[in-house]
Amino acid sequence: MERIPILKMGRFLLVSIQVDMDDRTAMTLQDDLTAQIVKHRATGVLIDISSLDVVDSFIGRMLANTAAMARILDADTVVVGMQPSVAITLVELGLSLKGVRSALNVERGMDLLRSIARTDAYESEQLDADHED
Amino acid sequence: MPESSLATLATLLTKHRQELLTAWSQLQEQDLSIRNNLLKPGELDQQTREFLDAFVKALAADSSGDVMRSESWAPVRELVASISRSRARQGFTPSETATFVFSLKQPLFNMLKQSLSADQLAEQIWATSALLDDIGLYAAETYQKGREEIISRQQQELMELSTPVVQLWEGVLALPLIGTLDSARTQVVMESLLQAIVDTGSSIAIIDITGVPVVDTLVAQHLLKTVAAARLMGADCIISGIRPQIAQTIVHLGVEINDVPTKATLADAFAIALTRMGLAVVRRVRRTGAAE
Amino acid sequence: MRTTKTEVISVRNAPEVVGVRHAVRKCAVELGFSLVEQTKIVTAASELARNMIDYGGGGTVTLELLDDGIRRGLRLIFEDTGPGIPDVEAALRDGFTTGSGMGLGLGGARRLSNDFQIQTAPGEGTRITIARWKGSS
Repeated sequence: MERIPILKMGRFLLVSIQVDMDDRTAMTLQDDLTAQIVKHRATGVLIDISSLDVVDSFIGRMLANTAAMARILDADTVVVGMQPSVAITLVELGLSLKGVRSALNVERGMDLLRSIARTDAYESEQLDADHED
Repeated sequence: MPESSLATLATLLTKHRQELLTAWSQLQEQDLSIRNNLLKPGELDQQTREFLDAFVKALAADSSGDVMRSESWAPVRELVASISRSRARQGFTPSETATFVFSLKQPLFNMLKQSLSADQLAEQIWATSALLDDIGLYAAETYQKGREEIISRQQQELMELSTPVVQLWEGVLALPLIGTLDSARTQVVMESLLQAIVDTGSSIAIIDITGVPVVDTLVAQHLLKTVAAARLMGADCIISGIRPQIAQTIVHLGVEINDVPTKATLADAFAIALTRMGLAVVRRVRRTGAAE
Repeated sequence: MRTTKTEVISVRNAPEVVGVRHAVRKCAVELGFSLVEQTKIVTAASELARNMIDYGGGGTVTLELLDDGIRRGLRLIFEDTGPGIPDVEAALRDGFTTGSGMGLGLGGARRLSNDFQIQTAPGEGTRITIARWKGSS
């Protein structure tokens, strides 16, 4: 069984899925990821699926569930690098990947995560300002 | 097909192979004298020889005569298919191509006449004729398929050429659709757009349908599927150029277009795209040329 | 209709799903399917193979390369001797869960294929046939 490596990039974690996933690999990944999010107080997770030429409903559910888990731990998830034929097939399959943001590549993904963080910080400032009135 | 007849044929062929080859080659040259300039020199010779060799070998290995399904006849089928395809490309007609096989009958029957008695002859000729008919028909079939592959490839290329994706700015693509969209064309177009998004690293794609006179349910659905696919990949789409007629059609068809941004013109869509990317177009003030 | 090649693969556990995907991909490439066509049938096969393991106790996949003279296609037959599907209509409806959530698998595989046929009954196993033709999507 393969253990998927998780890279730390500042306040973000990067996971690159390159192998076929089964139940055990998926569960192990979710265990590892949630542990790392807490350990490093990560605010964002990037899941790179550019190597996957097939994404079926099992993988789709895994991605959505992983994002949901991360959200509960206060981290946003961005899926990057989806191949066009995979995207077309997922749409046909009816998988919407709700709750999962996407970006073209890791770099864009990080930009997206940073802009979400800025928005959060801004909104938080606004709330503070409101309270001071 | 009586097994013994073809087994006899196999034996005779092996014995008289060289004479048969010569006779057949000569016959072909006579028939093809007009079309010979289409074939490369020596190409006919090679095909003739190779076919005869494969034919004899297959017949010796399997005298059931089950040309279309038997494994032993596979080399003959493949050879015939490849000859057919190349003839199709070279501009021969399907008849001319099948004739390549049928023309073997005459020298073959001559050989049989010389080697067999009268009562064996009838049965033998029948079995041999049926065998060559099968092969000749197969040649015609594969010729047809060869033509179809060429045509479909040309159609594909034509479709791709007629739907170019344009990069308006770094990160912004435009797909101006023109003319009637059918299901097949729409799919090709959409796949090109998604690939272009990856190739250029664009995060915004503007699909302009000003030049599309009619949008039916199927086309509308393809458009929406493309928008959804682009979103899954991390790019947003804006649809521009929706004419009043089309807006009405979309609502009447019940197509759910609500969460896709739309703009009246490509220019408006481009302006939105720039704003989204944090860019602005600025007028430069011209220096009057006065000394500083 | 000519079947130019047949292959039977047994599917008993998760790692074998990968084998199914590779075999289907190989056939699709051999038939000259476009990348999108390949992805669709490989994904459909992955759905059905996983279903077979999760709910059918494993089974076999038969791959057939078809040629009807005009079009070429790939047919896949998924057969298991499991408990069968009691309510096919419900199973085909997306997100369906009997507590054994087949989710999008069955309906998804149907949407991704040109032809779809299912034979099943409680206690009698399941047989699902899908096919995709070149140049049809």
